[in-house]
Amino acid sequence: MSKSANDVVITGVGIVTSQGVGAEPHVALLNAVEPPKARVETERFAPYPVHPLPEIDWSQQIAKRGDQRQMENWQRLGVFAAGLALDDAGLKDNLEACGSMDMIVAAGGGERDINVDSLIVDEGLKRNDREQLLNEKLTTELRPTLFLAQLSNLLAGNISIVHKVTGSSRTFMGEEAAGISAIETAFARIKAGQSTHTLVGGAFSAERLDILLLIEAIQGHALGEWHPIWSRKRGNGGGMILGSVGAFLVLESRQYAEARGARIYATIDAIEGDRGSREDGRLEARLRDLARPAAELEPQSTVVFSGTSGFHDLAQREKAFLDTELSGRPVRAYGGLVGHGIEAQFPVGMAFAALSIGHAAKVPPFDPAEAPMTAPARAAIVTTIGHARGEGIAVLSAE
Amino acid sequence: MGGAQRGVSGIHKITRFPTEGLSTRISGTVDFIEIPAENAVERSYAMARETTLEALAQAGLSGDFNGPLFLAAPPIEPEWNARFELADRAPASERPGDAYNRFLAAMRQKADPVFHEAVLFGSISERLADRFGTRGLPVTLSTACASGATAIQLGVEAIRQGRTDRALTVATDGSVSAEALIRFSLLSALSTQNDPPEKASKPFTKDRDGFVIAEGAATLVLESLEAAIARGARIYGILKGCGEKADLFHRTRSSPDGGPAIATIRAALADAGIDETGIGYINAHGTSTPENDKMEYLSMSAVFGERLPSIPVSSNKSMIGHTLTAAGAVEAVFSIQTMLTGTLPPTINYQNPDPAIVLDVVPNAKRSQQVTAVLSNSFGFGGQNASLVMTAEPA
Repeated sequence: MSKSANDVVITGVGIVTSQGVGAEPHVALLNAVEPPKARVETERFAPYPVHPLPEIDWSQQIAKRGDQRQMENWQRLGVFAAGLALDDAGLKDNLEACGSMDMIVAAGGGERDINVDSLIVDEGLKRNDREQLLNEKLTTELRPTLFLAQLSNLLAGNISIVHKVTGSSRTFMGEEAAGISAIETAFARIKAGQSTHTLVGGAFSAERLDILLLIEAIQGHALGEWHPIWSRKRGNGGGMILGSVGAFLVLESRQYAEARGARIYATIDAIEGDRGSREDGRLEARLRDLARPAAELEPQSTVVFSGTSGFHDLAQREKAFLDTELSGRPVRAYGGLVGHGIEAQFPVGMAFAALSIGHAAKVPPFDPAEAPMTAPARAAIVTTIGHARGEGIAVLSAE
Repeated sequence: MGGAQRGVSGIHKITRFPTEGLSTRISGTVDFIEIPAENAVERSYAMARETTLEALAQAGLSGDFNGPLFLAAPPIEPEWNARFELADRAPASERPGDAYNRFLAAMRQKADPVFHEAVLFGSISERLADRFGTRGLPVTLSTACASGATAIQLGVEAIRQGRTDRALTVATDGSVSAEALIRFSLLSALSTQNDPPEKASKPFTKDRDGFVIAEGAATLVLESLEAAIARGARIYGILKGCGEKADLFHRTRSSPDGGPAIATIRAALADAGIDETGIGYINAHGTSTPENDKMEYLSMSAVFGERLPSIPVSSNKSMIGHTLTAAGAVEAVFSIQTMLTGTLPPTINYQNPDPAIVLDVVPNAKRSQQVTAVLSNSFGFGGQNASLVMTAEPA
């Protein structure tokens, strides 16, 4: 593909998963000969397994204790991963670059105060004036600052405060689709010359009972022990294992990146999302359209990072699609390794793709059902099919 | 709209839930729209659907919309009645603080797909996309109280990118509940002057004491001028410029020097290609909080200088309250109506002007005056700032 000034290039990756903090441990696992081993917490939220946070020294990216205290783990994780991405791009503490940097964050909502909620429903079981009870308890028990830790757009707000990213600040919501739209929008803006450099990504905290409840409302969790994502059994829950993850990318126009001599991991050739009925093969038809820009890539050096949620039907349909429409390209279902990250799911896949291409990795299989790579990655395809709705595919290639 | 143009307040006592013991007992809730279940998703969707039907009818469009959807929607959480219902069917408590473990046990017993759908942030845009046949993946966004303006900005950008000839930009907020009210109360953001309700919201006055929480929705059908002219559409106004700049000062407070808000207004003017002498009316964010109105005045002063007192600046929040997520789009509609009707909407309840804020706020009564370029400001928690410049249709 010919190069142009408004090509969208990835120059910074900030990633935190159960596999570790930052690019280094993730590059190591992508370059390893042996398949990586999933880290899973099966006790703390039993019967629900989750991929937990690795050990994190928050102060590495959030210097002030006061700032750390204003957030709960979801926001902390996002602010931390955003800082890693800025560091990785060589833009951390570059006040001029950060002051004009655009930002799009894919966000859900923050942590509930489980104790206050419990107190209220327990008292409510004994009383029939529940609405009056709510007024009494919420007025006296809610911590005023917790509201800000729960607000979706305050992850971005905290990134502005901690990392001084202030060109613009937008928060997209809507589960997996938020992560897809965030990158799609950042891409389109840079491509059209509306932005020169954008911080984009999201974070997800799986170690929360209120979030586990969201998925258990449709009995979506795989239960008990961890099993490889392409072979989870229907008799054992819904197939999804959530993971605590944070992933941010620094995207730049080629011109902006080259002018400052930035290292370029990969170029984003295409990224698009879509939605609609999934009946009667319509999901597959949309995926086919979204995957079209990948047609010209050489199969054996193209790695597919599948963001499958693990939901049985959706996983099966995606696998069948990949096997037929993108055959010969090795697939890596990263959700099986680090868990499903809802809003952050697509950004995590983008981070894996950028690191793989940037380091020309021969990515080992993440799952027994996956074939080894016979050539180093020169291109990647990232997929995410939302657990309830929305799909997106990105195509990336080496410089 | 009609009432507010004339200066009639829509603020009233809250009847949706008991307010005994609460310091704020008034709001601008929308209680006149029929919804199948009492929750924020249903209410937000219903309002968005109605404003979109109206906007599409005005645009003369029917059938599939065939352009992208940008939706500003409130962050959603489960309703308390859903938690109480879960507690009712869940096993008994074994220790303090175990409600969610019991909720989970109840869900293992029996799933509740309605609960799941009601707490997904993507559920409102999903329904709008299906109903109106929008194209691609809809964006659901939140930039707090600037959300409505951001939705419009995203639509403008998509059209300028050449990705589409038209965009559906919708902002809705039907999320007033006891918890929402109490949360804002705990941050001392709300007016507590409950009696009479219609006098509580009084932007730019000396005795302003907080905003009045409210609900609403607005939809704008955006098209490229070329495409609109080509199909012979009626053009209501031109979205001429958008500006934004994030603030890093504090989670809820703005930089004391107004820097980011000033930069936002200047960016919108620059994007519109007009200088500060071109603006004939400003639709202020004007929340009626002590902090916002002071900061907004400071910012406008910095940009418009000595000319500011001669530019009419009004806040429709004096009449309809603060519709939060929807405000930026609702106020864009006010701004366009101002140009279309040649009527400046007033700032009502302007009895006791703040002497430190010297503005022509179009006090208390509407004014007939033709303007051809309007600035609309939106500022929000989390350092969110967005401004829009709209101009009248070129003759």
